[in-house]
Parts: sequence; structure tokens; C-alpha cells
Amino acid sequence: MIPGNFDYHRPGSVDEAAALLGRLGEDAKVLAGGHSLLPMMKLRLAEPKSLIDLGAIAELRVIREKDGVLQIGAMATEAALIASDLIRRHCPLIAEAAALIADPQVRNRGTIGGDIAHGDPGNDHPAIMLALGASFVLRGGKGERVVAAGDFYRALFETAMKADELLVEIRVPALRPGTGASYQKLKRKVGDFAIAGAAAVIGIKDGRCGHAAIALTNVGPTAVNAEAAAALLVGKAIDEALIGEAAKLAMSACAPTADLRGPVEYKTRMAGEMTRRAIREALKRAKGG
Amino acid sequence: MAKQKIALSVNGKKIEASVEPRTLLVHFLREELNLTGTHIGCETSHCGACTVDLNGMSVKSCTVLAVQADGGDLKTVEGLAAGGKLHPLQEGFMQEHGLQCGFCTPGMLMRGYRMLQENPNPSDEDIRWGLSGNLCRCTGYQNIVKSVQYAADKIRKEGAPKP
Ligand SMILES: Cc1cc2nc3c(=O)[nH]c(=O)nc-3n(C[C@H](O)[C@H](O)[C@H](O)COP(=O)(O)OP(=O)(O)OC[C@H]3O[C@@H](n4cnc5c(N)ncnc54)[C@H](O)[C@@H]3O)c2cc1C
Ligand code: FES
Ligand code: FES
Repeated sequence: MIPGNFDYHRPGSVDEAAALLGRLGEDAKVLAGGHSLLPMMKLRLAEPKSLIDLGAIAELRVIREKDGVLQIGAMATEAALIASDLIRRHCPLIAEAAALIADPQVRNRGTIGGDIAHGDPGNDHPAIMLALGASFVLRGGKGERVVAAGDFYRALFETAMKADELLVEIRVPALRPGTGASYQKLKRKVGDFAIAGAAAVIGIKDGRCGHAAIALTNVGPTAVNAEAAAALLVGKAIDEALIGEAAKLAMSACAPTADLRGPVEYKTRMAGEMTRRAIREALKRAKGG
Repeated sequence: MAKQKIALSVNGKKIEASVEPRTLLVHFLREELNLTGTHIGCETSHCGACTVDLNGMSVKSCTVLAVQADGGDLKTVEGLAAGGKLHPLQEGFMQEHGLQCGFCTPGMLMRGYRMLQENPNPSDEDIRWGLSGNLCRCTGYQNIVKSVQYAADKIRKEGAPKP
């Protein structure tokens, strides 16, 4: 299996990449780690006329922290996220989730930017970004704009990104004290996409939930922001009964399609179970456990 | 489609070549350089038979374009033995029956080669996680884990072989 023909460009800077993308337009595709795009090109599910490889742009691999916000370059690989001290310190959830993606070889190539920009509901980072309240820095011909994760996903393989825009940076507010986060992913085997996954972020103040966010992987056309489930928790002391109610609300936000990973009812129930586990673990962590 | 010039180091040898951008690294290795030790199994980034070491990292060469390896430092299974001596991993796979049909073996060896540098004292569990991107249809993995432990032990005692 060989991809169709294309022109290959390897710009050395973001400016150069943005100019190329502006010039080549809809016929071009950005190549990041290539571990979603190249398989699609082999199957002719994607047939770009040009590829713009971001692999040589060192500035896109930088991970830093500024004023309580993690700034992650779009080309940071999953392996780099796992190895990053900054991420372990300010938002370990991202590293934990990256370790659940694919396998060591794939994690050496696949990037956080590619995982977010691809728009496949099976990707794990989108739900995590929704739950963490991340935002994405997009660079186009007219300069930069910042889009909240909650406004980014439109439909299956459809995002707020325009054809001439690049994702350059992911901004994630560092977790505040008293906040816990967890990602729970059910998969058939190591290296597989999720049957269902749930990310939960819970903030506790004086024994009650002050902040909650819950988002789900692979149970809808995009990552699912389970807002009603999260809202139910806020202001209350979280116990098992409440966790069960929240999971029911999360399940009602699911719209999975049946495939080799299981029928609709199974996936929906597993999303419920992942939600329960994620809330319990996030709560434990918020309380310092 | 216009060919593109690439230059890289393969098993310590400088190589210059012209490739179509769409040429996958694994095909470049096997068909242009006649390095057929790197196997093609699934062609879909799952099995790991095509694993090579690129710039100090294990990658699946069926999912990397040859042009992406331009300027890189590449090691394939052909580069493992040195000075007429098998690498401790190769010896381990032989001594511990780490292969049957041998199809997955080049990928297992190259992933093992990098894994033992990332973690020279792996537990059996570490080895299983480290090899989780490599599938074997024959051995049931037990002997592969033993083979890697054999090599880890030998490298601890005698040091890593000079490349
Ligand atoms: C065997 C296997 C198992 C996998 N399992 C999982 C899993 O469990 N969970 C998971 O989340 N993923 C999984 N993946 C997918 C993998 O994580 C991909 O690497 C990821 O989806 C895409 O990232 P990439 O860097 O490889 O992007 P590419 O494949 O290079 O690009 C993907 C898409 O995003 C666009 N794009 C990439 N970067 C940018 C950018 N900076 N700006 C604008 N557009 C951009 C590309 O044009 C393309 O359309 C798996 C892949 C394989 C091969
Ligand atoms: S041939 Fe590359 S992973 Fe199977
Ligand atoms: S020895 Fe046959 S596939 Fe591993």
C-alpha cells in the first residue's frame, strides 16, 4: 500500500508553513506525525496534492509554562508529553492519557496537535482538552486566533480550523490546588482506540464540588462535552449516588455508532462506567489521595 | 512526480538517493537499498515488523516517508551485529527460542535494542509494555521476554557492544 502522488514541502518555520498553506490552499495537507494521515493516504481516503511537513519546525516542539498556563507546541509527540517534567508538574493528566494512546513506536511519531486537529472521535486528546478547558492557537494568513476546545469540534472530521490555518499551540490552564483529574479508557487491547473513554476534572472546596468538567471519547461524531453531568455535581458533596446520576446524564449525551468495538448499548454503558471511574478517581485526587 | 534528493546515514554508512515523496521508508530500505531484513507485515502501523531505529527512536517504517528520514540517522536489523559478533539480543533470541517463523523478529530486535537503552534494567512487565507495538503470531511472547532479559543481563555484565 503506497499513498498517491503528492508534492512534498518541508518548511523551516511557522511563517513559511503558513505562507505555503495559504498559497496551496485546499489541495494541501499538513503532515505532523503522519500516523493518522499516512494510513488514510495509503487507503486513498485522503489524496492531498501537496504535503506540508511540520517536522523540521523546532519551535513547534517546545513545551513551556507561563503564568499558570501550559503552552504545548503542536508538534510535541506523545512520547515527549510523557517525558515532560512541566506536564507532570502542572497537568499530569495529559501525560497519563498520552501513555494510553497506541504503542511506543506510534507515540514516538504521533503529535498532540495531530491528535487534536484530525477530528476523529476515537482520538483521546480532544475529550481531555474539553475537560481541561484548553484552547488552541491557530495561525492563518491573517495572523493568529485562539479557539476554545469547546468551540473547536463541529462534526466528524470537521473542526473550526480553516483550510489555510495551522494549529500551532495548545494552551492548558495548570490544575489548581484542590483539583483532581482522571482519564479512564476502555479498549480491547493495548494500542487500540477506545471503546469508550471519559475524562473528569473535579475541584473541591470546603467538601463540596466547586468546579466540574466531564468529556467522553468515541461515543459520538466528535468528543462529547457532558455538560449536564458536570453541572449536576457542582455545589454538592459528591457521593456514590450522585456519581451514578451524573453517569446517567453522561450516557444520555452519547450517540455512538455500532462497529467492531461493539453495539450502541454496550458502548453507551461503558461510557457510563468510565464516567463513574473517572469521577471517583478525580475526586480522590482532588482530596489529595 | 519529481523525485527528491535525500541524504541519511544507514547503519553508519552515508547514503544519498533520489526518491518519490510517496515512497515509504520501508520500501526504500527493502527495494532501493536491498536491506530486506526489515519486514513488511500489516502495512497499517499495527504489527511492528517494520520497526527501525530513526534518530534514536523506534519507529514503524511503513508509516514514515523516506523523505521524512532525510538528514537522519537510521539503524536497521542489518546493523545490529558488529565485528562478526551477534548483538546480545540476537544471541538471546537464539538461546531462549525467542522466534519460531522469525517474521516478527527483526522488529522485535530493533525495538528491544532501543528499549534496553531507554531502560537497561527492565522487569518482565516493562518488556511487555515496551514491546506492545510488536505482534508475534508464533511464540506467545514468553520466550521473547526471556530473550530480552538474556540480553539485558549480558549487557549489564559485559557492557553494550560497540556499534
Ligand atoms: C496503531 C495505531 C493506534 C492508534 N491508537 C490511538 C489511540 O488509542 N488514541 C489516539 O488518540 N490516537 C491513536 N492513534 C492515532 C495517532 O495518535 C495519530 O498520531 C494521531 O491521531 C494524529 O497525529 P499525527 O501527529 O500523527 O498527525 P497526522 O497523521 O500527521 O495528521 C492528522 C490530521 O491532522 C492534520 N494536522 C496535523 N497537525 C496539524 C497542525 N499542527 N495544524 C493543522 N492540521 C494538522 C493533518 O493535516 C491531518 O489531516 C493510533 C494510530 C495508530 C497507527
Ligand atoms: S508493517 Fe509496519 S507496523 Fe506492520
Ligand atoms: S516468530 Fe513467527 S511471528 Fe513471531
